[in-house]
Amino acid sequence: MMDDFGFPFPLPEEGSVGVHGDGAKRDMTFEDVLRWQAMAAIAERSLDEAGRAEGEAVDVPSDVRCRGDGPDPAPALSEGPGEEIGDGTPRPPGAELLDKPMGRRKAIGTLLGTLAAGTQAACSNALPTSADDRERLLLEFQERLKGNFRVMTDEEKEATIARLERLARLKRNVHLNLSGADAEQGVLFGYAFNISKCKGYRECVAGCLEENNQDRRSGIQYIRIFEMESGEINLEHSTAEYQHEVPREGHVYMGTQCFQCANPPCVEVCPVAATWPEPDGIVVIDYDWCIGCRYCIAACPYWARRFNWSEPVVPPEDLNPNQHYLGNRLRRKGCVEKCTFCIQRTRVGRLPACAEACPTGARVFGNLLDPDSEIRWILANKQVFRLKADLGTEPRFWYYMD
Amino acid sequence: MRDQLNHLRAFLLAGLDAATGGGRRYHIWMGSLTLVMVVGAYAYFLQLRDGLSVTGMTDHVSWGLYISNFTFLVGLAAAAVMLVLPAYVLKDVDFNKAVLIGEGVAVGALLMCLCFVVVDLGSPFHSWHLTPGIGFLNFPRSLLAWDVVVLNGYLALNFGIPFYILFTHFKGKTPNKKRYVPFVYLSVFWAVSIHMVTAFLLAGLPARPFWNTSLMGPRFLASAFAAGPAFIILTLSMIRANTEYEIDDSAIQKLAMITTVAAQINLVMIGSEVFKEFYFPTHHGINAQYLFFGLEGHTALVGWIRTSIFLNAAATLTLMIHPFRKNPKILIGTCIVLFVAIWMDKGLGLVIPGFVPSPLGEIVEYRPTWVEFAVTAGIWAFGLFVFTVLVRAALPIEMGHSRSPYIEQAEPVPGVTAVVSGHD
Repeated sequence: MMDDFGFPFPLPEEGSVGVHGDGAKRDMTFEDVLRWQAMAAIAERSLDEAGRAEGEAVDVPSDVRCRGDGPDPAPALSEGPGEEIGDGTPRPPGAELLDKPMGRRKAIGTLLGTLAAGTQAACSNALPTSADDRERLLLEFQERLKGNFRVMTDEEKEATIARLERLARLKRNVHLNLSGADAEQGVLFGYAFNISKCKGYRECVAGCLEENNQDRRSGIQYIRIFEMESGEINLEHSTAEYQHEVPREGHVYMGTQCFQCANPPCVEVCPVAATWPEPDGIVVIDYDWCIGCRYCIAACPYWARRFNWSEPVVPPEDLNPNQHYLGNRLRRKGCVEKCTFCIQRTRVGRLPACAEACPTGARVFGNLLDPDSEIRWILANKQVFRLKADLGTEPRFWYYMD
Repeated sequence: MRDQLNHLRAFLLAGLDAATGGGRRYHIWMGSLTLVMVVGAYAYFLQLRDGLSVTGMTDHVSWGLYISNFTFLVGLAAAAVMLVLPAYVLKDVDFNKAVLIGEGVAVGALLMCLCFVVVDLGSPFHSWHLTPGIGFLNFPRSLLAWDVVVLNGYLALNFGIPFYILFTHFKGKTPNKKRYVPFVYLSVFWAVSIHMVTAFLLAGLPARPFWNTSLMGPRFLASAFAAGPAFIILTLSMIRANTEYEIDDSAIQKLAMITTVAAQINLVMIGSEVFKEFYFPTHHGINAQYLFFGLEGHTALVGWIRTSIFLNAAATLTLMIHPFRKNPKILIGTCIVLFVAIWMDKGLGLVIPGFVPSPLGEIVEYRPTWVEFAVTAGIWAFGLFVFTVLVRAALPIEMGHSRSPYIEQAEPVPGVTAVVSGHD
């Protein structure tokens, strides 16, 4: 039952062009050409108009370096997904969009997206003046039209990752290592938390912040550590806002975060299916598909989800460039985020940042399908329980005591 | 076909004419609404620019004034059925003239509902993701997707039926019952569904025990069928006082009766909920404890909900006394009180306690900011503006003053000519 992810999502059929596809690849018709020309004209006109209007361009310090980043390699253009045209002029990576055939649905989507993007561009005050700015605008425009990551084809995934990496280079002058890695076969992640060992140091909270690029202004925290008097596990009589030396005499500590439920209520309620459980058990969010209705926040019984109430800010020196599309990549204003068991780390065999940061050994993370894993040993040999088990959400996060 | 287009153009022009012309008081009314809308638009611009951080909402209380108004207004829209049902289905003639007004209320309320949902979105520019085909509407799993479907469907019905009737009258013909009555039946069921779906949207969340109650849907209906007709009584009285459109006393009295019964049922349900939460208080009743008595010194909603229940009970008692209900002045005053009381109860009084305390027991209170108040006022002004325009455009047609200039042979319209009053 645990790995049963019933999800009525129209997965792309063989040979389709993705979420907007008509289901089958077909040659470009004359109609398509006309439609395309009209749309390309709209896109170009908006670019031109934006270019003509003089305004202050966004001031990006050119010498900022992000953590762990080497010296700045100058020929950035050739590194991007761009290509050289015959005469050697560098071609922006977005140019291929204008040559690509598309189906009717995609065309409508493009048109609507154009309207939305145009309206928003009109509201923003960053107007392009240089070639870089024009490229940035084109990339941002293409980003607006993309579909849900869950149903993207491999090519579409590569394209959006390339665009995001290039945009980070253009906007923040940082080199991202952005991954879209899929879940591995035979892996199902689980977490166990030893209440006897946790001393309330909150090193996990700090480690999580360092790893996951949360907005530094609002100080979003995925992990809450609750302090309560020993004797009874009762969150009502606890506080997560303690400001004193720990561990406190006669108190125990209990951490919560997203439990990556096997039966997640947050996934059920999303009106656009922007959140879903991955095969390795991690419940992820496509930040760019989320419309920000916050129904999932209301639906989560563990208060695990957070919202970007304003444009998130991460200073370049604090930015973690090792990112996953569904994990710690930079979010935008107006989307929901949450703990992903550090998908960017755990999918390459590392521990989540919180488990690595914990100095007491209270946090045990591992593969539930591996019979030799520590987590399996704990589940087999300790008296474990899950929070609000009566709700039937089947968290993959267990508590135990020594 | 060309005739139809000519008729349609004349119809729209006549509507525009009726909506833009009027006395001094009418222009002051529309001007004030426009001013409020402009202020609301400015506040919404700030919200778009800076994000929802300009509101009082937080990760703890993630829905606020916007969704509160949304849940209430869905009820107001559903209440149009209280006029439609007797008029078209039970063939109660009293209501025939009021029913277009009821549908106008529904259109105004639905547009407000959609506005409140949109302004609540963190990424309104991504809302095209909801469109089936180019985006993805998570139907039937997400109740919010259901709500998108039923609200838009109900809007189409309440726009389409009066449009057909008015347009046919405008062309000097009698509407064909076979063409529109099936849709009328459909809209009766649909009205119940929009309110039930909105109730289920909240009641379907086991994470929030305050909402996770099977009484949610029925209580939504009862309160809607009290507040909705109360509002329609107010508008009918206003129309009667300011125009020549005749509305029988008996129609208003029948509506008052519906309001009274629904308000009584609503009170019984409130009592039932209060009993369940407080006879043997449990952990699941902690949100109700916060609402009615406050929790650990946090008492933001205590005065609010007690005022609401007091007003609600007082208004219901007044309506139950026949001489009071039959006195137009007392009836109007009572309807205003009842409407406000239910707005307080089914708005903030319903949505906010669902979030306080949080599922992990943390108490963070909510206080709306001026931006939220301004946007909310702007949307209400927009709804009233649309409603006023619709009524202004409809009345001359229903009174027989406004007819298409393209009618070839004038034929008397049964049921309409009789309404024309001889004053002018």
